[in-house]
Amino acid sequence: MSVAEILEGKSVVVCAGSGGVGKTTAAAAVALGMAARGATVAVVTIDPAKRLAGALGLDMLDNEPRRIDSRRLAGVTMKGELWAMMLDPKRTFDDLIDSVAPTPGRAAEIKANRIYDQLSTAVAGSQEFTAVSKLYELSQSGRFDLIVLDTPPARNALDFFDAPARLEAFLEGGALKALLRPTTIGMRLFAKGATPILGALRRVTGVDVTTDLATFFALLGGMTDSFGTRARHVDVLLHAQTTGFLLVTSPEAGPTDDAIKFRATLADGRLPFSGAVVNRVHPPVTLTDSPLPDVDPALAQKLAKTLAEYGVLAARDAANVTRLRAALGDAPLLLVPEFEDDLNDVHGLVRIHRELFR
Amino acid sequence: MSSPLLQRRLIFITGKGGVGKSTVARALAGVAARRGMRTIVADINGAGDQHEHQLAPNLSSLSIDPQSAMEEYLSLKVGGTAGQILGQSRMFSAFAMATPGMRELLSLGKIWELAQPQRRAPDAEPYDLTVVDAPASGHGAALLRTPRTFAQITKVGPVASQANAIAQTLADREFTAIVAVAVPEDLAVTETVELDEALQRERLNLDLVVLNKRHPDRFDEREREQLRGWDPIRAPAARLALAADLRARSEAEQAARLEERFGERLRSLPFLFEPLIGAAGLQRLGEVLAL
Repeated sequence: MSVAEILEGKSVVVCAGSGGVGKTTAAAAVALGMAARGATVAVVTIDPAKRLAGALGLDMLDNEPRRIDSRRLAGVTMKGELWAMMLDPKRTFDDLIDSVAPTPGRAAEIKANRIYDQLSTAVAGSQEFTAVSKLYELSQSGRFDLIVLDTPPARNALDFFDAPARLEAFLEGGALKALLRPTTIGMRLFAKGATPILGALRRVTGVDVTTDLATFFALLGGMTDSFGTRARHVDVLLHAQTTGFLLVTSPEAGPTDDAIKFRATLADGRLPFSGAVVNRVHPPVTLTDSPLPDVDPALAQKLAKTLAEYGVLAARDAANVTRLRAALGDAPLLLVPEFEDDLNDVHGLVRIHRELFR
Repeated sequence: MSSPLLQRRLIFITGKGGVGKSTVARALAGVAARRGMRTIVADINGAGDQHEHQLAPNLSSLSIDPQSAMEEYLSLKVGGTAGQILGQSRMFSAFAMATPGMRELLSLGKIWELAQPQRRAPDAEPYDLTVVDAPASGHGAALLRTPRTFAQITKVGPVASQANAIAQTLADREFTAIVAVAVPEDLAVTETVELDEALQRERLNLDLVVLNKRHPDRFDEREREQLRGWDPIRAPAARLALAADLRARSEAEQAARLEERFGERLRSLPFLFEPLIGAAGLQRLGEVLAL
């Protein structure tokens, strides 16, 4: 089966999986293949290899998709358009504030706030939050037939879904608003418990941070509703039938376990699962050849060792792929063989794309 | 290295996703435990039940969950009515968990507690060594930066002093070591160099870089020539050998980049041809790391 068949009718593809399995390259290869077949495709990568980014002309970090010159993609006939962008979390966050702030003055004040600075540059959470935020924005623009999103590296796949929700919860600031602004309905509801909590909060955190937070939320003011609405739209988009999650993994034991867990997470969250890509598989080798001519014993021994080592990996991969297949049921599973050299350039991208679009 | 790795009380293991951080953490903790040190391996995935599980003689593990870490912190540090109120307040807990960096700070607070010669947690025996199976490079560097950021934002109060104490512990090279794991591939090496730069900006240092999964480099030029002479279709063994050799060449190039930058601070671990790295494999890797 080819990725083109798997993604029939999809307008958003989220590539997910544990770190170090070739997710970014797979996302770019999927986008390349779909664009070659005639679609206008944007791939949003989080942290691509410098060589790949450079080769595609993505060195500029302007946080907007750039059209890839198909002359860079030697050997691929491009019927559609391939666009790519490297996500800049800080920039995406700033743009978001600009778009929801009532006045440019207010936007500038928020961006100068210390709490905001910490919020928008903290790696944990902000990549995930801005990635889905950007996905939503691009999807709303209607400029692309398909958007392929690479997800930030995480050991726990759940992070991708939890982190944006956590940040939204903070931005909506429900609990804190109730504590800090005694005039709100929230405060009246919590009136009895809030005063000692506020006192204790000051004791634990120190006064400064409470004041900073109060200023920050006062600045956000009515904007917090916009974050909530946005979060609900993103949620609808991720659950849509036109969205597909593509699991990327390697055939090692750990990533296979992660992939199986991730499949369960998607099912629990009723998120649409499209299939899995297993990268760097060692295909089995059948040795039917006659003995090699004129091999001196030293070389023969080295060859035997190399073969035995390869055999271990091929057997390991076959066992893990079988395990994954059993866990995925009827879902499509695509295998990409291991290549002997590093594949973080355009050449590698084109090769992986060929494997995915056979 | 300013002092040998196993003489520290706290070791953070970070690196790009998929390079074998957990394996290196377990190997290092294993060798320390066999040498008689009371050792714990901690991760901050929060999947566990916040209990220290004994794995082997002298060796325990703990999966830190920020929520439990917070409850423990509140009961220890705040205590009294305020501590109780906060510990039981779902509102406070939701707010604290949502505050950017708070989960990281709480997890680090627990790690700091584990590594103390006199522990704060009631009835807790001290450990000689705490090995942290930390998140991948970007998130790992962010984790290590958290205490200083908090100390700067809060300035005064108990959180500020706690954050300051943790930040000082992390920067103390007699106490804490930071280890980066890499594999001999372009991306992983580049990420290691970037991590080193990011840590330097935080006035932290990489004490050791572990080059993991180095494949054997066994063919010489004469043998290479001979292999190239065979028909790859008729001789798949020759084809596999040439592919392995090509990999070894590319790995040598990447290893050279690390050697140039890290010199004495670099250790190489062999690729283990095993379906799943078992006790014997971990022991083998551990002995190399503890040299």
